[in-house]
Amino acid sequence: MRQLLWLLVWASSGALATINAYDFDNPEQEQQFRQLITELRCPKCQNQNISDSNAGLAKDIKDRAYRLIQEGRSNDQITQYMVDRYGDFITYRPPLKPSTWFLWFGPFVVTMLAVLVLLALKLRNRPRPPAPVPAEQQHKVEQLLRELDESDHKH
Amino acid sequence: MKPGKLLLFSLPLAVFLGLGYFFLQALDSDPSLLPSTRIDDQVPGFQLPTLADAGRMVSEAELRGPLLLNVWATWCPSCQLEHPVLLELAKNGVPIVGLNYKDVRPAALKYLEIHGDPFQFNIYDEQGDLGLDLGVYGAPETYLIDDQGVIRYRHVGVVTPQNWREQLYPIWQSMGGKP
Repeated sequence: MRQLLWLLVWASSGALATINAYDFDNPEQEQQFRQLITELRCPKCQNQNISDSNAGLAKDIKDRAYRLIQEGRSNDQITQYMVDRYGDFITYRPPLKPSTWFLWFGPFVVTMLAVLVLLALKLRNRPRPPAPVPAEQQHKVEQLLRELDESDHKH
Repeated sequence: MKPGKLLLFSLPLAVFLGLGYFFLQALDSDPSLLPSTRIDDQVPGFQLPTLADAGRMVSEAELRGPLLLNVWATWCPSCQLEHPVLLELAKNGVPIVGLNYKDVRPAALKYLEIHGDPFQFNIYDEQGDLGLDLGVYGAPETYLIDDQGVIRYRHVGVVTPQNWREQLYPIWQSMGGKP
């Protein structure tokens, strides 16, 4: 059991191991690198970021990102650098432009539509005030109510 | 029908049609195909040795076409599939430059010895540096480069006689490629 636990600990340290292969001058750069590699998507293995991926290409991109950080570039600059080479696909934060409008605004539009439909349904099913009783029948209604009342008292 | 009711009935229909169109399109598209960002750009700058001669350096200046730049490696099975097509193209006079991508020099040389050599020369990109600058994300890939050294097209995957005829050759011709 103990061995198994250690095995698990060892296996889960893989993410740290990827970082440790790179030496940084200061913790800020390491933090910058950590953030960057989770926001860059691996073009080869499409549903992983380059931090998780073991693909050769992911390593190449990490190496290049590391070099660019050493040169003092910001994450925005490095992301743009990668987008220049691999396209918008490489970033998990797609830029705002006409072809991505649906992506960015779609959920809000759909939510708003849903709220509108709900409101419309709610308004329609709202209980209405009872229609006024014509004067000639008012007397009869009162009598019926009185009878009902009396029958209640008998029981 | 009242306008409210019409809307209530037509809205789901519109949503259905929209989704249907979206899914139908997705049937024909390969999500692993990424558009190249380098189209109509100059070949990125590089200084790399050739495969045959570690002492001979080549740069982007040598990539004046019209020519094909073919990304290949011995670790890439599809490249072997593609190899006879490249040989055939080379025989017909299409100039092809190889980009030997993240490979091992002796293995690559041996491979060309066994299977034949369709390349005018090979750029030896051991670390994949030029590959990264080109936006290569797998092998094989084939770039069409014109006489100004501008990338005019990228084909991802194997070049077959059919897609050469139908997709690549028309572009090749339009950029003055011979034959």
